[in-house]
Amino acid sequence: MAWNKKDLLGLEYLSAEEIGLILETAESFKEVSTREIKKVPALRGKTAVNLFYEPSTRTRVSFEVAAKRLSADVINISTETSSVRKGETLIDTGKNIQALKADIIIIRHSCSGAANMLAGALDISVVNAGDGWHEHPTQALLDIFTLKEKLGGVKGLNVAIVGDIAHSRVARSNIWGLTKLGANVTVCAPRMLLPSQIERTGVRTSSDLDEVLRNADAVNVLRMQFERDEETAFPQQLDYYKKFGITEERLAKAKKGIVVMHPGPINRGIEMSSGVADGGNSVILDQVTNGIAVRMAVLFLVAQAREVKA
Amino acid sequence: MSILIKNGRVVDPANSIDAVLDVLIENGKIAGVSGDIKVQTETLIDAAGKIVAPGIVDMHVHLREPGREDKETVATGTAAAAKGGVTTLLAMPNTAPAMDSAENIELLKEIIRKTSKVNVLVCGTITRGRLGKELSDIPGLKKNGACAISDDGCSVDDRGLMLEAFKAAKKAGILTVCHCEDKGVSGKGVINLGFNSTRLGLRGIPNESEYKRVARDIELAEKAGTCVHIAHVSCRQSVEIISAAKKKGIKVTCETAPHYFSLTDDALLGYDTNMKINPPLRSPDDLAAIKQGLMDGTIDVIASDHAPHTENEKDIEFERAEFGKIGLESGLSIGIMELVDKKILSWPEFIEKTALNPAKILGISKGTLGVGADADVIVVDAKKEFILDKKKIVSKSKNSPFIGKRLRGLVEYTICKGRQVYKA
Repeated sequence: MAWNKKDLLGLEYLSAEEIGLILETAESFKEVSTREIKKVPALRGKTAVNLFYEPSTRTRVSFEVAAKRLSADVINISTETSSVRKGETLIDTGKNIQALKADIIIIRHSCSGAANMLAGALDISVVNAGDGWHEHPTQALLDIFTLKEKLGGVKGLNVAIVGDIAHSRVARSNIWGLTKLGANVTVCAPRMLLPSQIERTGVRTSSDLDEVLRNADAVNVLRMQFERDEETAFPQQLDYYKKFGITEERLAKAKKGIVVMHPGPINRGIEMSSGVADGGNSVILDQVTNGIAVRMAVLFLVAQAREVKA
Repeated sequence: MSILIKNGRVVDPANSIDAVLDVLIENGKIAGVSGDIKVQTETLIDAAGKIVAPGIVDMHVHLREPGREDKETVATGTAAAAKGGVTTLLAMPNTAPAMDSAENIELLKEIIRKTSKVNVLVCGTITRGRLGKELSDIPGLKKNGACAISDDGCSVDDRGLMLEAFKAAKKAGILTVCHCEDKGVSGKGVINLGFNSTRLGLRGIPNESEYKRVARDIELAEKAGTCVHIAHVSCRQSVEIISAAKKKGIKVTCETAPHYFSLTDDALLGYDTNMKINPPLRSPDDLAAIKQGLMDGTIDVIASDHAPHTENEKDIEFERAEFGKIGLESGLSIGIMELVDKKILSWPEFIEKTALNPAKILGISKGTLGVGADADVIVVDAKKEFILDKKKIVSKSKNSPFIGKRLRGLVEYTICKGRQVYKA
């Protein structure tokens, strides 16, 4: 199959085949990062712009590394120092970047739908690097890539996602991607951190972490964002850790060989103990490495789709 | 000036007429409705195959003047009204300054006198500055021509103050129109709470924020022994609460808007900010309840809730965009397509809800083609299809959810007080 979308906005909008294509493409790019000269000319002469309206180090750097390994030129725009500060609208900013003849905008924004809006207003490619609570497709793709690598496949796997599902774009993208590929997904959280009618995505819900872990082949542990949570009065951190924290004691009772993932950055002692984060079940640093290959694949495919269209 | 409208299907529920007849207009009044009128007039309209009805009385319009003339003015808003077949409208008081004093109402009435193309009624505020802190001078508003009071856009949170408001309204003999929303519940929500808010990652607004306030306002109005009109009903529970209240004999009336019986929150899936409305587009179940309420008489009125906003306020991130959409120019078409053509309402029932009932609720002698009444008449080609073209929108703002959509039912003539104010 061929990729024909100029943008990557979310996994809800992709078919299982399209997700499969990204993962296959990522596999072929993974080797590049192991070479002595970590570079291929796939996007030589292309310009990718990192447009980040929210602070982010790991995602931005990962995209930058990915673009550079494809030989693209990368420009980082920090909204703190740009004309965004002077009140320029998102669409105007996007049109200006397009007028500079950039090829791809990688956008991170605190408002859900920001990437969709920008993609609709521009001819150049838009890659969503996280929008509000909506989607973070490349994170989910790298999570799925890592799962495939560690467990051989995704279909039929029992995958648990634990934490603040309601306010998590990582959770939403993982849910779409995993269910499309045939995994059995359980979301595990206090009731107040589950969004309305989440069952309709095809996931099971639970608030009994031990029961969930007994059957899970993998668990994706979300970052608890106590610092910016105005409306969910949850929970005292300690309380949360007691009920939903992933600890060595809990893992001892979990399914043997369970794979532990986390999108980072980790709050040690809040959603996960240090022992687990650094332990044998953790694949957290593999996720970071795989993020590069997955983002290389995404940048390559969207740029190519635009060329085909032009 | 005289106009003779020949051979149209005259739909006039006030006089139980639904038949092919002629309508004669002389000196601004209806001079005759009967078969085969033979009078020489200055204007002759052949309405064969068309609907001839009293002009729409739209109880819920934001004209934005004074204060936000960049969004809409009395001149542009009433031109849009004329194009949409609306001959009388109630202008909501959330202007700047708000319509909370006799002086402000006088200011607006002066603008209306100079620039309006159709009849504009003024709605005063319930509380000063719509702040929900102290009552406006309700008798004074009434004396200076306010036709109703409302804090539209806000609900008066203070129960005691709202009870006082109903008592004052009763004493002054003025209608209270309630925007029912508990902002403590709707909070920072931007769309209907449900699967779609989850999919889109947007904060949801539960039905509860509306219906609990509907129940409260009905209870308080009953306690004060006065009538209450509930604005823009959007959800099932509100319909049920109002239906139960009506059965108990409580003096409650209500309106819904065309978007609540034509669109659901599925329309939000592309983050189209023109679909961002308060109360929000709801679920298919709510839409079904709205249609049922229209059919069984629970919902008395269809009003546009015309809410113009500039492109600068809409072409931005969804969460930051303003709530509201325009509706004066599309309401009639949506009603014809969704209600009349789908047999939810007959033509007379549809005209009742768009013209006669609102006139009755507002206590004005409109919404009728009775001989001697003001000649507010529309001629409608109910079968004419057209695509809503953004460039052809008369309203100053273009935030319509129906741009680019194929609509059916076009106003051919709008006559207001005997004068032709619009011709297609």
